Amino acid sequence: MKGPAKTTFLLVGLAVGMFGFAFALVPLYDVFCEITGLNGKTSAQAALVEEVERATQDGDREVTIELLGKVARGLSWEFRPLDAEITVRAGEMKTTAFYARNRSQKTIVAQAVPSVSPGQAAQYLKKLECFCFEQQELAPGADTEMAVSFILDGELPAEINELTLSYTMFLVSDTDEETTADTRLGQAIRYRP
Amino acid sequence: MVAHAETVPKRRHPWIEFAARWLFTTNHKEIGTLYLWLSFLLFFIAGGMAMIIRLELFEPGIQFVDPERYNQVMTLHGLIMVFGAVMPAFVGLANWMIPLMIGAPDMALPRMNNFSFWILPFAFTLLISSLFMEGGAPNFGWTFYAPLSTTYGPPSTDFFILGVHLMGISSIMGAINIIVTIVNLRAPGMTFMKMPLFVWTWFITAFLLIMVMPVLAGVVTMMLTDRHFGTSFFQAAGGGDPVMFQHIFWFFGHPEVYIMILPGFGIASQIIPTFARKKLFGYHSMVYATASIAFLSFIVWGHHMFTTGMPLVGELFFMFATMLIAVPTGVKVFNWVATMWRGSMTFETPMLFAIGFVMMFTIGGFSGLMLALVPADFQYHDTFFVVAHFHYVLYPGAIFGTMAAVYYWLPKWCGHMYDERLGKIHFWSATIAVNVTFFPMHFTGLAGMPRRIPDYSLQFADFNMVSSIGAAFLGATQVLFLYIVIKTIRAGAKAKAQVWEGAEGLEWTVPSPAPLHTFESPPVIAEGQGH
Repeated sequence: MKGPAKTTFLLVGLAVGMFGFAFALVPLYDVFCEITGLNGKTSAQAALVEEVERATQDGDREVTIELLGKVARGLSWEFRPLDAEITVRAGEMKTTAFYARNRSQKTIVAQAVPSVSPGQAAQYLKKLECFCFEQQELAPGADTEMAVSFILDGELPAEINELTLSYTMFLVSDTDEETTADTRLGQAIRYRP
Repeated sequence: MVAHAETVPKRRHPWIEFAARWLFTTNHKEIGTLYLWLSFLLFFIAGGMAMIIRLELFEPGIQFVDPERYNQVMTLHGLIMVFGAVMPAFVGLANWMIPLMIGAPDMALPRMNNFSFWILPFAFTLLISSLFMEGGAPNFGWTFYAPLSTTYGPPSTDFFILGVHLMGISSIMGAINIIVTIVNLRAPGMTFMKMPLFVWTWFITAFLLIMVMPVLAGVVTMMLTDRHFGTSFFQAAGGGDPVMFQHIFWFFGHPEVYIMILPGFGIASQIIPTFARKKLFGYHSMVYATASIAFLSFIVWGHHMFTTGMPLVGELFFMFATMLIAVPTGVKVFNWVATMWRGSMTFETPMLFAIGFVMMFTIGGFSGLMLALVPADFQYHDTFFVVAHFHYVLYPGAIFGTMAAVYYWLPKWCGHMYDERLGKIHFWSATIAVNVTFFPMHFTGLAGMPRRIPDYSLQFADFNMVSSIGAAFLGATQVLFLYIVIKTIRAGAKAKAQVWEGAEGLEWTVPSPAPLHTFESPPVIAEGQGH
């Protein structure tokens, strides 16, 4: 190949490569955020023993953690923290719990997704156990208390003395199809001009 | 087309003949004309939408369109202006002028050139038809942030996605064609550093297009699979992140704004030396400045997202990288002014538009610097100040640039001189109207008026009324422009080959109007000639 054919071939390759790059941005974004904790996501797995042992104390430093529980659209659960606010001493294990109740007539599986604000604090919040590590199933009308245990690492930047740990409960199961269909319908009605 | 006409039976109906000519043409000049007319049509459609927006904002309260419809009109106004008016107009100019300016007989890939144009009418039919669908048109703004466009998007969002895919394919094919032409078909002796700046800026723009349009295609594909195929790229429930949408979108979006202005820089760099009767000051620095702007455009996308909870380090990086762009842009503005300095200037309509471009684009650049400041941006974000900023860089920037080019090259295209008196009336009325329309938006924005909302607090009423009156006036001036263009095509003083006495370049060596086929044997550029 020479001349125009070669240039064309190279440029088509560049375009295809950039299309692939757009999708490569997705894992890159996840990796980048996991390393830096920029998007406030806590780790999806329990912290390792070594990690927990490495978590340092920081004198008598106390940090206030505000807890939030939200329910995503389409899920008919009640979901809230038992304590709205707790005080944690850096380097000590703390356990708190959230309350959930299925208000619908069906068995529903849901998943909690955590978020920490400010986002930089996410990587210092080391969870030993969390209901967000797995999906939750509740029978119609059933309720439960779900625990989360964690250690706050004393390495947490000194300017952060208050942080928010929030969970949003999302619908996983398809058994709630009727609700979803209702929501979709509601949406279509709402968007009618 | 001459060759084509010989191969078909002569007895076909003249309408079919006409349709076949334009549907199957592979001539760069005819395709350039098609692009320019399509962009003109879409400019008026999207401009009509702007009139609806300004009508609704004439007074506080909801008067003419309900909020849902307002959002749809606002979204389509942005999308059509960006992808339908500004970009195809520049591609049309590139098609017409690049082969003429580098001494090539045609574009390198003429058949693909035909495809890349004829995709566009279908793309915009898909997009505009969504206005008449149940559930209405896309209503999430031209930036189509997730989850507005995924979870909450109306059903017609899928038409939008397909339309964007088609526009993207068209742009990529057009850009490939332009680069292949410039790399391979330059006349002997036309080295890269002798190319006219319009060609240079388009060369760099085409690279930007090839690098970011596929990213746009990627992000709308992710939207499509999120909406219908159970993926969770942008849905927190499935482990995705809606903020990631903004990162990928603006990785495309920021180079996109330079795609919409770099050819305008090239046009100004052609016109100002002609009417100042001096060589362009700092040709080499112009080329390097354009290339640096293009490079920097890839590392500043975060300045659109300062308020998304980005850490301080990120905010600082994006702020400083953004402010760095002011340096090459400043070099360009300096060079244009230095070209005019002590030149024998005359002020024909193309020159007026070019000077207006430099002046008012610079105003838009300054408000851009204000927006780049993180602490200030928290105040300005999502207000009418942003609307004022990007309309200053796009209207008196990109669109005035295009109009300058049309006045400058129209005599070459159709062989007639335009009406100079009407041209001047068009320039002055459009300039006054553009400022009456968009300048007050700075004030309402600084005072906190949010964008994309059909209603506003009473204290913004006076400035909005001024804006709306200006907008009606501005719309009328563009009808005058249409009249001038049609009048010039139909009649007018005969244009010479050298339309402007101070103009240099190969396009002025061919007769006016430029014959369908030019430079069938390449011109030779002597040592010491060029740009």
